[in-house]
Amino acid sequence: MIFPGLLSRLGCVLLLALGLLAGTLMLPRAAFAQGAAPDISAPLAQFTTDKYDDTETALNALAVSGSPAAAGIVAALADGRLFYSPATKQVLIRTAAGGYVDAAGGQPVAEAPPGLKAVRVNNRIRRAVEAASGALALVSPDPAKRLEAAGAVMRARDEAALPALDAALAKEADAKVKSALTLARASILIGKAGVSDADRIAAIETVGEEGNQDALAVLRSVPADAAPAVKAAANAAIDGIEYNLAIWSVGQNVWYGVSLGSVLLLAAIGLAITFGVMGVINMAHGEMVMLGAYTTFVVQELIRTYNPALFDASLLIAIPIAFVFTGLIGILIERTVIRFLYGRALETLLATWGISLILQQAIRTMFGPTNREVGAPSWMSGAFELGQLSITYGRLWIIIFAMLVFVALLATLRLTRIGLEMRAVTQNRRMAASMGIRTNWVDAMTFGLGSGIAGIAGVALSQIDNVSPNLGQSYIIDSFLVVVFGGVGNLWGTLVGAMSLGIANKMLEPYAGAVLGKIALLVIVILFIQKRPRGLFALKGRAIET
Amino acid sequence: MSNLFSNARRMAGRAVAGAAALAIAGVAVPAAAQETIKVGVLHSLSGTMAISETTLKDTVLFMIDQQNAAGGVLGKKLTPVVVDPASNWPLFAEKARELLAKEKVAVVFGCWTSVSRKSVLPVFKELNGILFYPVQYEGEESERNVFYTGAAPNQQAIPAVDYLAENEGVKRWVLAGTDYVYPRTTNKILEAYLKSKGVAAEDIMINYTPFGHSDWQTIVADIKKFGSAGKKTAVVSTINGDANVPFYKELGNQGIKATDIPVVAFSVGEEELAGIDTKPLVGHLAAWNYFQSVDVPENADFIKKWRGYIKNDKRVTNDPMEATVIGFNMWVKAVEKAGTTDPDAVIPALIGVSVPNLSGGFSTMMPNHHITKPVLIGEIKDDGQFDIVEQTPGLIVAEEWSPYLEGSKDLIADWRAPMNCGNFNVKTGKCGAQ
Repeated sequence: MIFPGLLSRLGCVLLLALGLLAGTLMLPRAAFAQGAAPDISAPLAQFTTDKYDDTETALNALAVSGSPAAAGIVAALADGRLFYSPATKQVLIRTAAGGYVDAAGGQPVAEAPPGLKAVRVNNRIRRAVEAASGALALVSPDPAKRLEAAGAVMRARDEAALPALDAALAKEADAKVKSALTLARASILIGKAGVSDADRIAAIETVGEEGNQDALAVLRSVPADAAPAVKAAANAAIDGIEYNLAIWSVGQNVWYGVSLGSVLLLAAIGLAITFGVMGVINMAHGEMVMLGAYTTFVVQELIRTYNPALFDASLLIAIPIAFVFTGLIGILIERTVIRFLYGRALETLLATWGISLILQQAIRTMFGPTNREVGAPSWMSGAFELGQLSITYGRLWIIIFAMLVFVALLATLRLTRIGLEMRAVTQNRRMAASMGIRTNWVDAMTFGLGSGIAGIAGVALSQIDNVSPNLGQSYIIDSFLVVVFGGVGNLWGTLVGAMSLGIANKMLEPYAGAVLGKIALLVIVILFIQKRPRGLFALKGRAIET
Repeated sequence: MSNLFSNARRMAGRAVAGAAALAIAGVAVPAAAQETIKVGVLHSLSGTMAISETTLKDTVLFMIDQQNAAGGVLGKKLTPVVVDPASNWPLFAEKARELLAKEKVAVVFGCWTSVSRKSVLPVFKELNGILFYPVQYEGEESERNVFYTGAAPNQQAIPAVDYLAENEGVKRWVLAGTDYVYPRTTNKILEAYLKSKGVAAEDIMINYTPFGHSDWQTIVADIKKFGSAGKKTAVVSTINGDANVPFYKELGNQGIKATDIPVVAFSVGEEELAGIDTKPLVGHLAAWNYFQSVDVPENADFIKKWRGYIKNDKRVTNDPMEATVIGFNMWVKAVEKAGTTDPDAVIPALIGVSVPNLSGGFSTMMPNHHITKPVLIGEIKDDGQFDIVEQTPGLIVAEEWSPYLEGSKDLIADWRAPMNCGNFNVKTGKCGAQ
C-alpha cells in the first residue's frame, strides 16, 4: 500500500523519452510529408489544470505527437519558462528576452494575458524531463553533451532507451563517448529480462571494468532469478570493485582529513600568534573570524549592487579588506583592553570573553540574527573526479589558501623586521626593550597581525559555514585544541597539530560516528597532553615560564 | 572554567533582556495608564537559538499590536513583557519564574527547543501558568499548563515519509539528525513506522551529528554510497539549526541532486533558506503545516500586515510563526469565552476553541492540548520559497503519544473532566502509568 504507482510512472518516463526522440528524428520528414504540424491542443490544455498527473500525461501525449514544437515545450518546462493563463487557457513560452511566444505555433504574443502562472514542476516531472532530454541529447552534435547523456542513461537504466542507444552507438565516432555509450548499454542489458546469459556476462565484465559506485549499483541489480554463472560473474565483479573502493576510501578519508585540517589551521593560525607568541588567551579570536566572514558578505553585497561583473573576484577583493579591518579591530582591542591586563591570564580571559559577547551582539543588532548568504564564485563551485575520489573545488582552494597563509606568515616572522622584533620580544621582552625595540608597539602589531589572519580565515570559512553571529563560537575550542596540541609558540606545531587532528577525526568518523569520533579525539588529546604537556613541538626558552 | 563562562553569559543575557524589556515598556506607557493584561514572551534573543526565536518574539509583539488596535481583550489593553533566556536552558526556568511570579503575566508564549520546554515545565506547573509552545516537536508529552500549537510527529514526519514512498518510490532511507531528543525520538518513531510498512533493517541508515556540525564531507559521501545500492534512496533530515547550511552546501558540492537522492527536512523553513544559495537545492523537500507560498487570501493579508509592522518588505514568514499566531488567537478567544484571564478558567475554555489558520482552514484545540493541522509538503524553489506539491485533504489530529513506540502506544491524553489526565493508560485504566 505504501509504494504503489512507481512502475506505471517509470513506464511514462520511458514512453516520453522514446516518443520525444522519435519526434525529433522524424521531424523533417513529417514536416515535408504532411506540411502541417499535428494538433497538440489537447495536451496543451492539460498543462493548464495545475495538476502534476495532468502535466505528466500532457508530456507523454506531446512526446508521441511528433510535433516539432514538442522539444521546445519540454525544454521550456525544464527551465520553468512554460506559463499558462488560468483565464484564457493559453499556454505560452517565455523567451530569453522576456517576451512570450505561443507554445503551439511559436508566434510571438504581443501582450501576455494578465495573471500568468508557471506550469509547476516537481521531482517526478523533473526526472521525466531529464530522462527525455537525456535521450534527446544522445544525438546532440556536442560530444560533451553526448557524454553527459550517456551517463544519465546509465544511471536511469531505462530499457526503452536501448534502441536509441544502439542507434547512437552505430553513429558514434568519438572513442570516449563510444565507451560511455557501451557502458550505458551494458548497464541496461544486465537488468533486462530475456537477455542471453553470454550477453549478460559480457555486459557484467564491461560494467565491472568501470569500477566505481555507479557500476556497483548496476551490478547489484542483477535479477535474483539469473543463471548461476551470471550471478557468479556479478559477484566476482562486485568483490573486485569493493576491494578497489576500499583502497580508495582510505585515500578519500585522508583527503577529507587534510581538508578539515586546513580549516582548523586557518582558524587556529591567528591564535597561534596571539596565544602562542604573546601568551594572551584571546576568547574573542572566534569573533575575529566572524568579522572576516561578515566583511566578505558586505563586500559581496556592494559588488552585487554596483558591479556584478566583478562577482567572481569578490573573495579576492575581500581578503585584504578583511585583513585590514579585523587587524584594526584587533589593535583597538589590544590598545584599549588587553595591554592593561598583560600577565593576568584570568582577567584577560574574562575580558576577551566579554568582548566576544559584545561583538556577537553588535553584529546581531546590525545584521540580524539570521544567516547571511555569501555566494560561491564560479571557480569555487563544483567538483572533479580523481580516480574514485570526488574532489570539490571549494575544498581544494581552501587547502591551497591555508597553505599560502601559513607560508606568508612564516615568511613574515622569519624575513621581515617586524617578524624579527616579534620573535625578540617573545624570547625576552626586557632584553628586547633594552635593545631599543618598542615592545608596546610590537605587542599591538602582533595582536593586529593575529586578528587580521583570523579575518582572512573568516573569508575562507564563509564558503563552507554559516555566516551568522555564532560563527566564531564553533571554532574557538577547536583552535585552542590545535594550538595546545601542536605546541604553544610554534607555527610548525600548529600546522602539524591541525593536520593530525583533522586526519585523525576523519579516520575515526566512519567507524565511531561524528559524535563519538569527536569525543574519542578529545580523549586522545587529553592523554597526549598528560604525556607531553608542551604539545608536539615544545618551544625551548623562557617564553612559557614567564 | 565552564562555570565562569556560563556566569558571564548569564550576566550579559540579563543586561540585554533588561534593556529590551525597558525599551518595550517605554513604548507601551500610554496604554499602560489604564488597566492592562500582561503577556509574557520567553524567546531567546541572544545565543545560538536567537537565529530562530527572535522572529517569534517579533510575531507575538505584532499580534499584541494588532489586538490592541482592535480594542484589546475584555476591554483591556495587552502589554508585552519580553525576557531573554539567552539560549541557556536553566535560565529559561528562571525567566519563566520571573514572568509568572514577579510580572504576573496572564499567558506566556515561548520556547523553541524541547530541552527549554522541559526546563520550564515544573515552573508552569508549580505557579499554574499557561505556556503556548509553537514549534514542531517529538511528541510524547501532554501537560495541563502547556498548549502545543506546533506539529506532533504524525502531523509532519509520517506524512512526509508517506509522500516520498508513494510519489518518489523511495525504498531506502537515511534518517539523519542532530544528536538530541527531538531527532532521536522522531527517528525512533519513523524507524518503527517504516519497519511496520515492510522496510528491511538494512535499508535504514541512522546517523547523528553534534549541534553545529560543519564538516559534512564524510557523511554526505556515506549517504551517496548508501544511495548507490540500486534502490531509490531518500534522506529524512532532522538536522537542526546552524548545521543545515554546511550540510546543504556539501550536498550541492558533491553533486547530489533532488532527482537522485531527495532530502526531506523537518527543521528547514523559509528563514533557514535565507542563508543559502538555493539553486543547487531545487527539488529538495520540507514538510510543514504552513509555507509562506500558501496561496490563500488570509495568508496574503497576514504577510502584508506583518511586513508593514516589521517595516521590511522582504521578511519571510514560516511555520512556527503561524503556530504562534494560531496560539495567540486561541488564547484571546478563550479569554473572551471565560470572561477572565484566570488560568483555571482559561485552560478548560481553550479546549474546543477553533480559529482560522493561515492555510485557508480552521485549527481546533483538542482535549490533548494539541491542535488540528493540515500537512503540506513543499519543494524548494530557486528563490528560497517552497512550491507546495502535496497537501493533506483534511486536517490531521495530533497523536501526542505515538502508536508506534512500545512505551507510549497505550497512552492517551484528555484534559476534560472527568479524565483530566495527560498520560492515561487505556490498558491498566490508570492515569500516569506508562
